[in-house]
Amino acid sequence: MRRREFLTIPAAAMGGTLLYTLAGEPFRLQAQDGKVKIPLRFFSAEEARTITAACERIFPSDATGPGATEAGVVIFIDRQLAGPYGRDKYRYTKGPWVDSVPEHGYQGKENPQEIYRQGLKDLGNFANLSVEEQNKKLAAMERTRFFQLLRTHTIEGMFSDPMHGGNAGLIGWQLIGYPGPQMSYREEVDKHFGQPYRPTPRSLEQIMGRPGDPWENEKG
Amino acid sequence: MTNLKPVDVAIIGGGWTGLLMAKEITASTSKSVAVFERGIPRKMEDYAVTMDELDHNIRLRMMQNTAEETITHRHSLKDSAVPVRQHGSFHPGTGVGGAGEHWGGASFRFQPDCFRLRSHLTEKHGAAKLSPDLTVQDWPISYDDLEPLYWKSEQLMGISGKAGNLRGEKIDGGNPFEGPRQHEYPTPPLKHSYASSLFAEAVRRMGYHPYRTPAANLSESYKNPDGITRPGCAYCGHCQRYGCMIGAKAQPTNTLMPVLAKRKNFELHTGSWVRRIIHKDGRATGIQFTNASGEEFFQPAGTVVLASFTLNNTRLLALSKIGTPYDPATGKGTLGRNLTHQVGVNTRIFFDKPLNIFMGAGELASRISDFDGDNGFTGGEDGLLRLGMIALGTNGDTPIGSFGIMPKGASKSNWGSEWKAAAVKWRDHSAAIGMSGEHLAYRQNYMDLDPTYTDKFGDSLLRFTLNWTEHEYKMREFALKIQANIAREMGVKFDEGPPSRAPYNVINYQSTHIQGGVVMGASPENSVVNKYLQHWDMPNLFVVGASAFPQNAAPNPTLTSLSLTYMAADGMINRYFKHPEKLI
Repeated sequence: MRRREFLTIPAAAMGGTLLYTLAGEPFRLQAQDGKVKIPLRFFSAEEARTITAACERIFPSDATGPGATEAGVVIFIDRQLAGPYGRDKYRYTKGPWVDSVPEHGYQGKENPQEIYRQGLKDLGNFANLSVEEQNKKLAAMERTRFFQLLRTHTIEGMFSDPMHGGNAGLIGWQLIGYPGPQMSYREEVDKHFGQPYRPTPRSLEQIMGRPGDPWENEKG
Repeated sequence: MTNLKPVDVAIIGGGWTGLLMAKEITASTSKSVAVFERGIPRKMEDYAVTMDELDHNIRLRMMQNTAEETITHRHSLKDSAVPVRQHGSFHPGTGVGGAGEHWGGASFRFQPDCFRLRSHLTEKHGAAKLSPDLTVQDWPISYDDLEPLYWKSEQLMGISGKAGNLRGEKIDGGNPFEGPRQHEYPTPPLKHSYASSLFAEAVRRMGYHPYRTPAANLSESYKNPDGITRPGCAYCGHCQRYGCMIGAKAQPTNTLMPVLAKRKNFELHTGSWVRRIIHKDGRATGIQFTNASGEEFFQPAGTVVLASFTLNNTRLLALSKIGTPYDPATGKGTLGRNLTHQVGVNTRIFFDKPLNIFMGAGELASRISDFDGDNGFTGGEDGLLRLGMIALGTNGDTPIGSFGIMPKGASKSNWGSEWKAAAVKWRDHSAAIGMSGEHLAYRQNYMDLDPTYTDKFGDSLLRFTLNWTEHEYKMREFALKIQANIAREMGVKFDEGPPSRAPYNVINYQSTHIQGGVVMGASPENSVVNKYLQHWDMPNLFVVGASAFPQNAAPNPTLTSLSLTYMAADGMINRYFKHPEKLI
């Protein structure tokens, strides 16, 4: 078994009071805590640094608003890869493996964990490159399965419920004016026509008063 | 293999049709009924904490586990099939309630001409104009036969809507093209959203007849004839691909299970994967199943009801060697024949104002049937036989899935700052006008057992041989023109372009409306089951569900599946149990 690795994040960089679910336990991250150590499930600390840098280019922190680093997208991806999704637990993985037409989708044998390991090799010393060099490198990888997964997972980590590890402090939902899950819009659905109606975003845990059941925590 | 104590009726599949069959049999007989469901138990209380787009809408947590069993697909007889390795174009459910838990709730009746489609097309165009590959056929029942059973199904679920044809009288605000109804809908239509109201106003100005989709999402509290009370929809926007946390959307677990739970002659076995129907001398003797621990059982039964999803209805009959597999080369055999899906095409539209699209319901939609069937055709449509319904729906927000939807050319890249700015700008400003079209049956589209790939037990997977034909490409082309005209009338931006002529794909979601394979008919020459869904070759075997549809109609299949189940239950209870032989 490999040594337990951690992602160390300066709390202030992530916008103050944030909620994470660490190993199933609610964990309140305070800006004044200085640095926090988040246990990694799949990546090494060095790999997490590389993925963080790549996600930041895909969904940058810029004039439009916060990006992948502030949302904790790398933590989201780490947990997805360590869970049933990363291991293809629910994908049909019997052979024979044959290439087919595009209409049949991904027919490869490699699971998301394996695709990321190869992608990380291809990214090399990505975190140490200049922004310009990073953009150039990603542009050259655009057509790879790894890049397509990384882009998809970055969007997922920005806008999924924070119980999955991303969308920290609901900053993804605030960015786009999405209120999160709510119990009822019965009195609102046919009002506000042509006007923005923007209830304060709330997470599933905040709405239900109890933790959710993220699939990535499934055992076995 | 452990032999169990015999039951009178063994039902395979604990979804809408299997549980409805169980409810009907246990209501009026003392027969012992056992339902075998391969998935897990489900109940309404499970659903509140599942309002999570990632796990449910994207990772598809409620669907069948493709690692255990999937299907294979090929486009033509010349090709080799490959497995559908993860769900894409349709979403078979699992667990108690089946796909009836995660459905959207659309509950249409089929137009009367759908039930006599071969006769209708022949009368209209002449037999010579119909392609020899077209294998559409008449149903063995008419709209009038089904009307009282449609009404029973609508009452069961409390369907919300407004009649457009009440005993022949056309009513504004309903669908004037529907067959005559004897009763108004049990509950009024759902509310409008901003986007659906704009669509309704525009199509009305164009002279069409907008109506709100009849939906199993209740518009108000309703008590059904079984005494089950459910509340009105909360428009929470977590409907299709989710279970309803308040029971406003009719699902087997909130509509049938509360009744069945009180019946002493009913039992439900979850985690029970039925692998064969066992038979001898032309009669089913019972079923063989494997439980969640891998133990094998034989359940003797006097009557067997096969009520799983369309896919497994054909597959289990083929694995059990019941009936004659269809051969597309000779046209002989009936099992697996007339596989149909549904034909769709969307026009993506963009508004200047925000839509608050997160508020919605599975079937909150405004719709026209002015082009359903062959309504509105002038005769100059170049071989176009049938089309479908055109609608704009607001069924909830998908912040992940819809992020990045923007007008063509709004960003050069699909990542980075420019893309992010454009994606954020167009958030909540987009909807789609879409067609749900009739998929005709063709000689070359069918199901059989795959020669190569197997499930977790080593049993052959089901193989689809399925592709679009020139007719479906024409349908999309024609629908896109109408949709563009509606978008212009609405005064919105929209993406224009030639319709795709891509082959059938298993990646992008289309609809979970797969029909055929065990089709019903007037004779064993062109069907597997009779009008009571009784197998022609095996009188104590009934096969229920959309597998019985000779071909798809444009509307979604659930209401018609339930109505056929009522017909099968009537045949079984009132005729077959008294004289257990062939009913026809």
